[in-house]
Amino acid sequence: MTDARLSGEKLTLAYDKRTIAQNLTVAIPDGSFTVIVGPNACGKSTLLRALSRVLTPKDGAVLLDGERISAWPAKRLARTLGLLPQSSIAPDGITVTDLVARGRYPHQGLLRQWSREDERVVAESMDATGVGALADRYVDELSGGQRQRVWIAMALAQQTPILLLDEPTTFLDIAHQIEVLDLCADLHEQGRTVVAVLHDLNHAARYATHLVALHDGRLVAEGAPGDVVTAELVESVFGMPCRVIDDPETGTPLVVPAARRKAVA
Amino acid sequence: MSVLRAGDLSVRFRPRALTVGAACLAVAAALAVVAIGSGDFPLTPAQVVEILLGGGAPSDAFIVKELRLPRVVTGLAVGAALGLGGAVFQSLVRNPLGSPDILGFTQGASSGVLVTIVVFGGGGAAVAFGAIGGGIVTGLVIMALTGRHGLHGQRLILIGIGIAAILTGVNGYLLTQAQIIDAARAFLWLAGSLNGRGWSDVVPLLIALALIVPFLVLAAARPMRMLEMGDDAAQGLGIGVERVRMGVLVAAVLAIALAAAAAGPVNFVALVAPQLARRLTRAPGPNLVPSMLMGAALLMAADLIGQRAFAGTQLPVGVVTGLIGGGYLVWLLVTERKSGRI
Ligand SMILES: Nc1ncnc2c1ncn2[C@@H]1O[C@H](COP(=O)(O)OP(=O)(O)O)[C@@H](O)[C@H]1O
Ligand SMILES: [Mg+2]
Repeated sequence: MTDARLSGEKLTLAYDKRTIAQNLTVAIPDGSFTVIVGPNACGKSTLLRALSRVLTPKDGAVLLDGERISAWPAKRLARTLGLLPQSSIAPDGITVTDLVARGRYPHQGLLRQWSREDERVVAESMDATGVGALADRYVDELSGGQRQRVWIAMALAQQTPILLLDEPTTFLDIAHQIEVLDLCADLHEQGRTVVAVLHDLNHAARYATHLVALHDGRLVAEGAPGDVVTAELVESVFGMPCRVIDDPETGTPLVVPAARRKAVA
Repeated sequence: MSVLRAGDLSVRFRPRALTVGAACLAVAAALAVVAIGSGDFPLTPAQVVEILLGGGAPSDAFIVKELRLPRVVTGLAVGAALGLGGAVFQSLVRNPLGSPDILGFTQGASSGVLVTIVVFGGGGAAVAFGAIGGGIVTGLVIMALTGRHGLHGQRLILIGIGIAAILTGVNGYLLTQAQIIDAARAFLWLAGSLNGRGWSDVVPLLIALALIVPFLVLAAARPMRMLEMGDDAAQGLGIGVERVRMGVLVAAVLAIALAAAAAGPVNFVALVAPQLARRLTRAPGPNLVPSMLMGAALLMAADLIGQRAFAGTQLPVGVVTGLIGGGYLVWLLVTERKSGRI
């Protein structure tokens, strides 16, 4: 097993009395692009929220650098681990630059509100996500794809070595999905550990270096996509009969749903 | 956005927000001078300023400093507290309707005051504590009813409107239980008026503001701005969400309750001031300082209108804000409805 700065040990995750996961152990390999997949409501977001300390586990612990994450000072944690939640609210009347600049919060203080470093990182983050040209536009006037890239730019401006992204491609058309995934892959290549929840198994298989499959709050498989994505696994996790073939572009697994009826012609 | 830098230190501000704040301050000060000058012994603004700076005839100075200044200071402080409290609430609730007078906090503080006056026959400091108690109890009840849905969203607003309605009934009941003398005092207080305010009425509010304003403006404003993006996003940026929310909520309830203790329930300033401020600054975020100064200016304006606009009668400031603010609320409900937010 490779090193993992971030891991969850025997986690019990619950909202009030509703238990979502029990005895869940998961490690995020350093330098990986880890993708979490699983059917709707199986607990993917819940796991990501626990890994980022947004949700406190009922039992078990999340460890970061060998220390319980709950013991980390909040701002130091926010300089180490960034989270793009499944849904965030763009405040009324905020411009793209101002929103991205909020990612700098953990690096700032009352008398260090806007250093030259902040300025440089915000500009770089906007360029890296291709929203530099939108700098002065209002976020509520942007398209879904543009908005998503602005949020990613904000997470990027946080400059954390570990980045957790909850469904960064939802609501985007196919071209923008690939664009965002390529961006994540770039971030990963530059040395960050990236963890993303994705809906599309084929995207997961193509981009992930490490795949985690969840079902009903249980970890049912983890490892390289080539090992994890099999017809049996897809059928047992998603309840969908399929064939798995090689992606003609990349050679990674490609899930082809079984046809209920043969093509007409 | 502009930046001031000195070595490693840097401060960021919006010139436009600064201008708006300065303008509100100037308007509030000018209205205060006019208000001090008006009455049975009229004084020119120049005379008023001279006296406030320490000059003038002793008899005039007595009128200004002992009779009229407390009333005007009460007005400024109450307006500032309402504007500030309103800005905090609207930011926390993430909705312009999430104002303390809509959610029942003003009414709850009133219940606390009425209980103090009617049941215990208390005055002065007791009224202040009654108002705080009423505000806090209202907050606890609302939190119990919203439960895990948290302090935002339509659910909170609907619950708050319900609580406000119930408390209005409770306040009416309390009045029926009052002895004649207490009832007269309670009625006077309930209209929301600056008449006859002395230093003892405003001192608790001034002390509270001296603590609350630095806390909110220096320590809490930046975390609050992050909170507007949602709890998860704020937490991801290193905000202790629950701690910040509790802290600013307590500060805002204190401001609102003590404002009510000082002047009676003055409705709609907490609703309107932050929204006017935001329209003028065009800045996202809680806009705390502009909202506070806007509140002071609005309250002074409403009081002057109440004093001057209707020949022969003087309207309490709470009646004026009620009339104007009620109209604004209707307009707000219609536009929010159109934009699909309620
Ligand atoms: N804040 C919450 N309070 C109560 N239940 C929740 C909350 N968030 C999610 N859940 C429930 O927890 C389960 C797992 O949700 P989630 O982790 O969001 O699933 P996924 O991201 O895999 O679609 C769902 O059944 C969902 O209804
Ligand atoms: Mg989810």
